Amino acid sequence: MEVSLEIMEEILSMKGITKVYPNGVMANKNVDFSVRKGEIHAIMGENGAGKSTLMKILFGMEQPEEGEIIFKGEKINISSPSAAINYGIGMVHQHFMLVPSLTVAENLVIGIEPKKNNVFFDYDQAIKMTEEVSKKYNLSINPKAVVDTLAVGKKQKIEILKALVRGAEILILDEPTAVLTPQETKELFEELINLKNQGFTIIFISHKLKEVKQITDRLTILRNGRSMGVHETKDTSEQEISNLMVGRDVLLKVDKGEAKVGKPVLKTEKLTYYSDEDKPVVNKVDLEIKKGQILGIAGVEGNGQGELVDLLTGMKTPYSGSIWINEKDTTNHSVKAVRNLKVSHIPEDRMIYGVSGDGSIEENIISDRFDKKKYNTGVLMNVKKLTELAKSLIEDYNIRCASEKQQVRMLSGGNIQKVVVAREFSSEPELIIANQPTRGVDVGSTEFIRKQLVKLRDEGTAVLLVSADLNEVMELSDSLMVMYEGEIVAYFEDATEVTEMELGMYMLGLKRMSVEELGGVMSG
Amino acid sequence: MGSLFNLIFSTTFGYSVLRVTTPILFATIGAMISIKAGVVNISMEGTMLTAALTAVVISGYTGSALAGLIGAILIGMLLGLMLAYFALNLKTNIILAAIAINLMASGGTIFALFVISGDRGISSSINSQMLPRIIIPVLDSIPVLGGIFSNHNILTYVSLISVFFVYVLLYKTPLGLRIRAVGENPNAAESVGINVRKVQYIALIMSGAFAGFGGAYMSMGYVSRFSTDMTAGRGFIALAAEALGMGRPLGILLASLLFGAADALSNSLQRFRIPSEFVQMLPYIVTILGLIIYAVRQTNASKRHKAEDRV
Ligand SMILES: Nc1ncnc2c1ncn2[C@@H]1O[C@H](COP(=O)(O)OP(=O)(O)OP(=O)(O)O)[C@@H](O)[C@H]1O
Ligand SMILES: [Mg+2]
Repeated sequence: MEVSLEIMEEILSMKGITKVYPNGVMANKNVDFSVRKGEIHAIMGENGAGKSTLMKILFGMEQPEEGEIIFKGEKINISSPSAAINYGIGMVHQHFMLVPSLTVAENLVIGIEPKKNNVFFDYDQAIKMTEEVSKKYNLSINPKAVVDTLAVGKKQKIEILKALVRGAEILILDEPTAVLTPQETKELFEELINLKNQGFTIIFISHKLKEVKQITDRLTILRNGRSMGVHETKDTSEQEISNLMVGRDVLLKVDKGEAKVGKPVLKTEKLTYYSDEDKPVVNKVDLEIKKGQILGIAGVEGNGQGELVDLLTGMKTPYSGSIWINEKDTTNHSVKAVRNLKVSHIPEDRMIYGVSGDGSIEENIISDRFDKKKYNTGVLMNVKKLTELAKSLIEDYNIRCASEKQQVRMLSGGNIQKVVVAREFSSEPELIIANQPTRGVDVGSTEFIRKQLVKLRDEGTAVLLVSADLNEVMELSDSLMVMYEGEIVAYFEDATEVTEMELGMYMLGLKRMSVEELGGVMSG
Repeated sequence: MGSLFNLIFSTTFGYSVLRVTTPILFATIGAMISIKAGVVNISMEGTMLTAALTAVVISGYTGSALAGLIGAILIGMLLGLMLAYFALNLKTNIILAAIAINLMASGGTIFALFVISGDRGISSSINSQMLPRIIIPVLDSIPVLGGIFSNHNILTYVSLISVFFVYVLLYKTPLGLRIRAVGENPNAAESVGINVRKVQYIALIMSGAFAGFGGAYMSMGYVSRFSTDMTAGRGFIALAAEALGMGRPLGILLASLLFGAADALSNSLQRFRIPSEFVQMLPYIVTILGLIIYAVRQTNASKRHKAEDRV
């Protein structure tokens, strides 16, 4: 490989950064970090290691207690995001920073609105700008769509476009792939490589070792707020990386014995749901999960998996068809009624449906059971017992926090996910509906969550697993289904029988099983 | 009841609806701007009252109604600024800070009036000015319409134009886009370099300015003096009108007109032999009913949505 001098130039460096949050958490301790112009640089580390914090400092959203930032050879002070933007630093946040009721174009230009006659907001021009950048960087999006109605993959694109349209040269992407499907990730990577070749510098946070190996030039590892040094990606093995991050070898392979299945727990018949545009997004879905079985649903995101989960958990009411949980018709049940049948749900969007950000960890953990007899004495809640519960779950699930009273909003992304998982796994469920359970979770904790899921299955819980991570569904599922455009297009009684390639064909709609093939296995 | 019918469908009633809607509309517009920016201003009542007194005092001493109006607007903006300072810089709860302003205005205006003029409760010794009425040329000569729409106080027209103004402001200017973004997701706004606090300051000052217009109208248009608690809850009704109008310009205009109509009706009904206490309750009852109907419709709408999903 040729190493030109220009590539070696350090465009930006952070020296001796220390950050202490007001609640006393020391998120960064004397961290050195630097990037070269035109490289893709990964930041890796466990949940709560301080990756987002370091990047928020670089983007002017947090001020460090100590340390300095040097940009193009000059010491600078980044006091606010607008200062960062002026230096050409753009950031795509781990949790999206979009205004839901506004359109894509409006979101793209807030803060740099084009004007008509020097006074008015020029919406047509905003649309044109959106079309231009999206064409230039090949990130297609409908400028007039209201953000609220878009899937996560699209929202991500808006965030990247937002940074580009503001003239960012250094792009910070905080776990961009956590919410993307393999196809979207591939697309994103092509994009990033493209940007890199045009001279953009990219800082990339991810928990996925493979991705980091694939597209980054160098990587910096953080552990407990400290830097574990900078490494050339090509000289560092996945094993070494995870060792530096966690301090031990991590096996993402889960040992899984034979499933001991029992009676059916969840059954649906011709379940159908229409979108607002009158398209069937869930189309005559028949499925069955038995006690002690993990049924995986693979599929490119946006093929009805999300809606299917919403129907099963009572968040949406089906248009036709029926749902049975433990032989009870729950077709029209409310969320609460479904949950009362011992159903757990790990929702796809943790910030909206998973937690209340303003609440404490404890409040979030007890939110599904504070009203249960077990936790009440007379009309009062047994606060002591609830606190003990929260404390023990924090311990079991290794949730990094100051105390159980800490606001969930202040946790790192992966730790927020762990709060949700802890609550949902610990309620002795008979059915778990897990939508992307390990999204944004570090390797160590991913391993833990997967093991827990298998353990629950061995104890007789039925599991519906929806994941955009093909490895995850293939690894964990006993049986596997593929959803394409709202329909079940493939079913494998034994998940080990199918290859990734084959699954991909079904997922992209290139292949589908006949009704007999599907019906044959499913009624069995 | 025939006479009641005649009353409601008379030109004079139409005229008086517009007349009494004006202060409610100003306050509603102000409330709406603050709510859109995520900093609800519930001190509209006290701000209007303070502005009403200011208008009387300044116009009385200068002999100029325009000076009175400008004074009222400035004091409104000042109170908006004060609320913003308390809530955004000193981080007091914005509701509590606004309640403090309301209480201060209620007692403070009486006190200030006494200190300035020696009047108790009513500014009878101040020779305050009135804002002019305007006869609209062609419209004035059209039968019914002229009777309803012409010959109003200038601020009545300003209030109607203001509805259009906020529409343009909120939906057609960069500032409006920022106000809406800040109100809905301040983090997002901040992350693109918008100064959230500044936008909220601007919104609160503007809402104060509209309360200033409302106050000036009360004491230099609606009547020609200041009297104790003369705003009589209009600043609070405005908050109801904002909700009922679903925070949209046309919606708040219609909601304000509804409350204005109730107010006008209660004024007219005092001619009949109904205990005046009951009649005076009318605007407030309508406010409550309006909010109930609004809430019920909201719930039904979401139910209907569900039902439609199933058909
Ligand atoms: N606003 C805040 N107030 C207080 N503590 C915070 C705040 N934000 C983060 N923390 C704490 O700082 C530490 C580092 O958090 P940070 O978000 O930087 O982690 P991260 O490396 O990005 O983790 P993840 O992979 O889970 O996103 C965590 O212990 C977290 O609880
Ligand atoms: Mg993070």
